[in-house]
Amino acid sequence: MSLHVKPILVALRRHKAGTLLIALQIALTLAIVCNALFIIHQRLSSMAEVSGVDEANVFVIRNQWAVIDRTTQQVDAQVRADLLALRQLPGVQDASAATGYPLQGGGWDNYVMMTPDQVEPTTDSAVYVGDEHFIGTLGLRLVAGRNFRPDEVGVMGTQEAVAPPVTVVSKALADRLFPGGDALGKNIYAMSAKPSTIIGIVDPLHRQGTSSWNKAYAGQSLIWPARPDDARGVFYIVRAKPGQLADAMREAPKALYAQSRMRIIDAKDGIQDYAEVRRRAYDSDRGTAILMGIICTALLAITAAGIVGLTSFWVGQRRRQIGIRRALGATRHDILGYFLTENFLIGVAGALVGVVLAVAMNLWMITHAEMERMPTVYVLAGVIVLLLLGQGATFAPALRASRVPPVEATRPV
Amino acid sequence: MFAYYLQLGMRSLRRNPALTTLMVMAIGFGVAASMITYSVFRAVSGNPIPDKSGQLFTPQVDAWGPQQNLKGEPAEALGYVDAMALMRTLHAKRQTLLYMVQMSVMPDGERDLPLNANGYAVGGDFFPMFEVPFQYGAAWSRQDDQSRAAVVVISAELNQKLFGGADSVGRSVDFGGHDYRIVGVTRPWNPRPRFFDLFSTQGFEEPSDFYMPFNRALDLQMRTGGRNSCRGKLDFTTWDGWLQSNCVWVTPWVELDSAADVASYRRFLESYAADQQKAGRFDWAPNVRLRNVTEWLDYEHVVPPESRMSLLVSLGFFLICLINTVGLLLAKFLRRSGEIGVRRALGATRREIYTQYLIEAAAVGLAGGLVGLLLTAAGVSGVGLLFPPKIAQLAELDFSLVGLTLLVAVVATLLAAFYPAWRAARVQPAWQLKSN
Repeated sequence: MSLHVKPILVALRRHKAGTLLIALQIALTLAIVCNALFIIHQRLSSMAEVSGVDEANVFVIRNQWAVIDRTTQQVDAQVRADLLALRQLPGVQDASAATGYPLQGGGWDNYVMMTPDQVEPTTDSAVYVGDEHFIGTLGLRLVAGRNFRPDEVGVMGTQEAVAPPVTVVSKALADRLFPGGDALGKNIYAMSAKPSTIIGIVDPLHRQGTSSWNKAYAGQSLIWPARPDDARGVFYIVRAKPGQLADAMREAPKALYAQSRMRIIDAKDGIQDYAEVRRRAYDSDRGTAILMGIICTALLAITAAGIVGLTSFWVGQRRRQIGIRRALGATRHDILGYFLTENFLIGVAGALVGVVLAVAMNLWMITHAEMERMPTVYVLAGVIVLLLLGQGATFAPALRASRVPPVEATRPV
Repeated sequence: MFAYYLQLGMRSLRRNPALTTLMVMAIGFGVAASMITYSVFRAVSGNPIPDKSGQLFTPQVDAWGPQQNLKGEPAEALGYVDAMALMRTLHAKRQTLLYMVQMSVMPDGERDLPLNANGYAVGGDFFPMFEVPFQYGAAWSRQDDQSRAAVVVISAELNQKLFGGADSVGRSVDFGGHDYRIVGVTRPWNPRPRFFDLFSTQGFEEPSDFYMPFNRALDLQMRTGGRNSCRGKLDFTTWDGWLQSNCVWVTPWVELDSAADVASYRRFLESYAADQQKAGRFDWAPNVRLRNVTEWLDYEHVVPPESRMSLLVSLGFFLICLINTVGLLLAKFLRRSGEIGVRRALGATRREIYTQYLIEAAAVGLAGGLVGLLLTAAGVSGVGLLFPPKIAQLAELDFSLVGLTLLVAVVATLLAAFYPAWRAARVQPAWQLKSN
């Protein structure tokens, strides 16, 4: 190959514009494709995050109370009656009242401290308030300790946020606070002067939030044992018996309205199964991934087509020269190799510039679009993809060039 | 002459259908991707109140201190204590506090189920400050604010649901078990981004259903339906405990007409914070901000990062499509060197050749623009797949976007054609005639 390089470079000097255009196109395509691939990968991995919930069988009802000024006792009586009615439905395995649910899209979170008088927080945790049925209803996996006992479940009125004496935490939170793995039985202070003792650990339990802000505290959640009796409203989490999700989702609101009609369950999105919860939580991630996918595909296709076009033009222009070379003894293989090597050289030059552009683009996105640093492997993958694409696109015109008969050399000038 | 060149151009374009299609599609895709993402970006980055965005300010006071504030910045809203203190005296032409409230309209007549209603607790100044348009009636007065009146302004949409769109001013409506007298009905109004509440919203929400007096909402001990952000230890269990806590949930707005007024209000904020320090409530130096609408939109990062990112990537995509077009036009034009040679030998000037090829390129650009327009229309209607519904519904194919799509396609293609056309015009007739 080294024998070929010099004449190719000399020839390219006579086609500066075309060479420059292909190289530039390869450089920009490389920059965009590897950034887009990185974005796609990031979005897909965030969409694949585990919630810890038995998603096939669980659904959520957003229940808003109509009368705003009821006492906590009144609300509690209603919540108890509602839960009883839900649990008695034939298709329902269990039900719980809660302040939020994993992948909700945003919700309650508290700072967590290790001592009562610590000011700067140790970390942040999503806060779920639910009764002794919460863990079972969501289908969370208890990996250490125990669930709440009914006598530990208190009542939490409107906008009360007093930490109860016991709590169940996610393994991610336990490990963050107690890296030694000995979280069980320890005390934590979740924006409270009074301690909460960790009595159980579940793994995993996703936060309510899915936005980029939550990534620093991924999977860090805690559960407080109480019935949320907020006068504004409550979430009912219901777990259907296997295979009976649709039935349970149809019957649940009827059962609730039979208890009282002074409530609002939005007809459009008041009841959501977990497929829907997940779809909503990640709709912007999914959209971005699709857009980047479309752009990547179109871009690679257009760049390939552009290379085919320009190379074909060059082949047409050089028919005589090819004929002369063939007449002087060059094999078809030599001609094919010539064009492929030529494209390879342009490709490498373009890729070098492209790598710089790719990194620059990534840096811009870090400051302006909440992106993370792109691992080198994406740049390498981009370089390989584009060099292969260039070779692939050159192959057909180069093959045509190799078929130019030596007799072309004798055509009149 | 123009028609003749166009005819030549069309003939030439027909001669290489594959190459022509490739160029047209590249421009079409490039311009469509840019326009679709631009239509979203335009919507999310727009100024929701252009004629007053420099006069409306949201004051911030740091009540959390350097150890707990937002990396040196004060909280994005106020707690009850600071909010009330700032509003106690009228230091601005107009001023209001606001927070999001959620209520239900109780069953009435044929409707046997309560109806969800989202709104805001605001001061009477809210309406003139933010130029809320009224269909019937008007805003409530400052007296109504003071007397904590049970009045309400409802939206056109809610008025349609409850009263079939009739003039309902003076009628009564039961919100969550309490009666309110309707004093006004707004026209459909939903500024996006919702600059006045970026604390509880991301800026893009369904329109509000009602507005009620701030003081009335406090009397009813209505908790916020939006965000509530606190620091330290949350040991309150009562309404008053919550009010006195450091939790922030109230957004204040003031209207200041002149630079002098702004400076004066800033001094007022500083001196308020200094007084709090002297009184021992804050043990840190005054840390206040006074941002106008534009600055606030910017500070709150209203433009979603996805939108910025998509726009950048799409523009890059378009640029590549154009570079591609430069290459293909170059190949296409120079392939006709022989023809150019003949024309030049027969007396055509370089300028004429140049014009001819630019017109041919413009035809490609126009065709690309039309393809782009179709793709943009398809993309804008399918943008719900790419952006969350609240953002996607903002993208629309209006007259200006149609015009822009065609214009960008033609201008960009012409720019791309300058160099290839110049090369074509420089073809040496003698060489071409000889080689043929």
